[in-house]
Amino acid sequence: MIPRRPGPQAPAARGPAAVPAATDPVRPRESAPLTLLVDGAPVRGVQGQTVAGVLLADGQLSWRRTSRHGKPRGVFCGIGACFDCLVVVNGVRDVRACQRRAQDGDVVERQDDPRGGGTRGGTGPSPAASDDGAGGARG
Amino acid sequence: MADPATDPAPERVDVLVVGAGPAGLGAARAARAAGARVVLLDSSDQVGGQYWRHLPPERTSARESTLHHGWERFTALREALSTDEGCRVVTGAQVWAADRGDDGPPVVHAVVGPADGTDRTTRAYAATSVVLATGAHERTLPFPGWDLPGVFSGGAAQALAKGERVAVGRRVLVAGAGPFLLPVAASLVRTGAGVAGIVEASRWGRITRGWGTRPWELLPARTKVGELGGYLRDLAAHRIPYRAGAGVVAAHGRDRVESVTVADLDADWRPVPGTERRHDVDAVCVSHGFVPRVELALSSGCATADDGSVRVDDEQRTTVPGVFAAGEVTGIGGADLSLAEGEVAGLVAAGALPGPGLLRRRATYRAFAARLHAAHGIRPGWTQWVDDTTIVCRCEEVSAGELRRSAELTCSRGLRSLKLTTRAGLGICQGRTCGRSVEDLLERSLGPAGLLDRGRVSRRPLAAPVRMGEIARAVPPLVHLATPAPSGPVPGEESP
Ligand SMILES: Cc1cc2nc3c(=O)[nH]c(=O)nc-3n(C[C@H](O)[C@H](O)[C@H](O)COP(=O)(O)OP(=O)(O)OC[C@H]3O[C@@H](n4cnc5c(N)ncnc54)[C@H](O)[C@@H]3O)c2cc1C
Ligand code: FES
Repeated sequence: MIPRRPGPQAPAARGPAAVPAATDPVRPRESAPLTLLVDGAPVRGVQGQTVAGVLLADGQLSWRRTSRHGKPRGVFCGIGACFDCLVVVNGVRDVRACQRRAQDGDVVERQDDPRGGGTRGGTGPSPAASDDGAGGARG
Repeated sequence: MADPATDPAPERVDVLVVGAGPAGLGAARAARAAGARVVLLDSSDQVGGQYWRHLPPERTSARESTLHHGWERFTALREALSTDEGCRVVTGAQVWAADRGDDGPPVVHAVVGPADGTDRTTRAYAATSVVLATGAHERTLPFPGWDLPGVFSGGAAQALAKGERVAVGRRVLVAGAGPFLLPVAASLVRTGAGVAGIVEASRWGRITRGWGTRPWELLPARTKVGELGGYLRDLAAHRIPYRAGAGVVAAHGRDRVESVTVADLDADWRPVPGTERRHDVDAVCVSHGFVPRVELALSSGCATADDGSVRVDDEQRTTVPGVFAAGEVTGIGGADLSLAEGEVAGLVAAGALPGPGLLRRRATYRAFAARLHAAHGIRPGWTQWVDDTTIVCRCEEVSAGELRRSAELTCSRGLRSLKLTTRAGLGICQGRTCGRSVEDLLERSLGPAGLLDRGRVSRRPLAAPVRMGEIARAVPPLVHLATPAPSGPVPGEESP
């Protein structure tokens, strides 16, 4: 299990953080609050953030364990190319947290896939196999 | 749920543009100016691409231009296209396949809806001309510890700063190669992070040769030069050290980055022994270059150049009639070049001719791009900082040692068979992150004979993973096949 980072109330000395509104030179318009249920615990964010944005602003750096070595992973590429940031959203697996906008009430689960063992997390389908080995749909 | 049997035939359009970054926006606008009816698709739920990634509509800001260059140009383009009835902008449209036509443009398939959702709508387009403006993704070379949380690509720091107002760390080192490191550091500073420094792999000699030779040739590109100069002034104002000829050769920490090792690099990017220094940081952003996103171009049948980018002629035509390519999918050169190429592609795709001014602008930024490569292109010595335990393929967690041993044991020189033995590059990202590095490392261990099928990593049957059920809906069933229909629920569909 990945230890939870303290929430924004107790700012961590390290790790990701949202720029405080008071010191933000860009000062985005205040948007409506939202709450995600992340592994059962409420995490607050605002409308317009991605799921990864909410988690990082909450100080969380990783939210997944790899299959083979059980290593923690979070955001790496930030643009939808690396698939490191996968989460289960409302029971659907393999959702890229950096690409999915958070909706109020979304139920987010960590997606840990121990190899050969049971799967933790939702029941949705996996994205289509599409590599050389599996003979994709088109060539 | 859509019924495949009643799904409408592909929608007909004059010009279909895939990708709404600078190149795609320029193409759509130019094609409209030439009178064509245009559809513009992008998988993101906002237009702008990587360069003009911005805050969502819920969080707009009048000061967003502080994070951008050419922000007014972007908002003008966006406004012009969104109010133009002859142009339909479809965001959240993930193009997953291009069905190669007979010597003509492909039929383009997209799913439209929330990213990685299960009940997105399927769409297909049959266009007279297709402009591929799919851009590039970043290349980060592997190093020991690069799979630790807290190691980010430079683009991730950019995207999170521009689109989320989140800083990836409190004390951040920016490393890799190229002028792109400068805006990354500038965005981090404006997002409240402390930047410990910028570490550039190329040495000063190469940088000055690349950029400094015949400087008057850069005069026409002075807005670009000014942009870079602005970043440099920024660094000085924030006392951010800039170091050339060095690189991050390891990241350390248990479950997250706690420090990194920086070493001097020689002209070929080989680490110089004895020069290692530790830096305490909680994040490191690493970017060594960019890789064109060529999946759709390849499945459309377009030829590529030696560097893997899509080959185009002076009018941005690919080798397939009716298919054009513009922007970083045709080679890495920055947003201004992408915009100019997009405009040329859009005009020609719509049957018009580009004017001499536009062609001159494109030539100016092409010269700029050539210097970029000369000064900062990846050098082969990097493989020396990879040890046997370094994870190369992040998805399947294949180490450099495993790659090397497989090549030795199986005496194989075929990338395809080596991938199947090791599973490197076969994970869910389909080798986007590691593919080129896997090739480079295998070439090194294979010696002069080299790989038989280099370049194969960019061939992916699908441009993006889609859920089985969504494909099932997009592709009409083959009714004459004697196989019985599957009885269970189709994956991706709700069970009844
Ligand atoms: C993460 C990242 C951040 C960057 N930030 C900067 C920066 O701050 N400053 C700078 O000078 N340069 C930056 N660059 C370099 C940048 O790529 C170019 O300068 C510029 O954005 C290139 O424009 P383009 O139109 O060619 O491609 P892009 O801007 O990359 O646009 C391509 C578009 O195509 C879409 N697309 C791709 N494939 C598909 C598909 N299958 N289906 C649907 N849509 C698709 C993408 O969503 C994207 O919006 C960045 C690059 C990356 C990868
Ligand atoms: S961080 Fe790479 S896909 Fe989300």
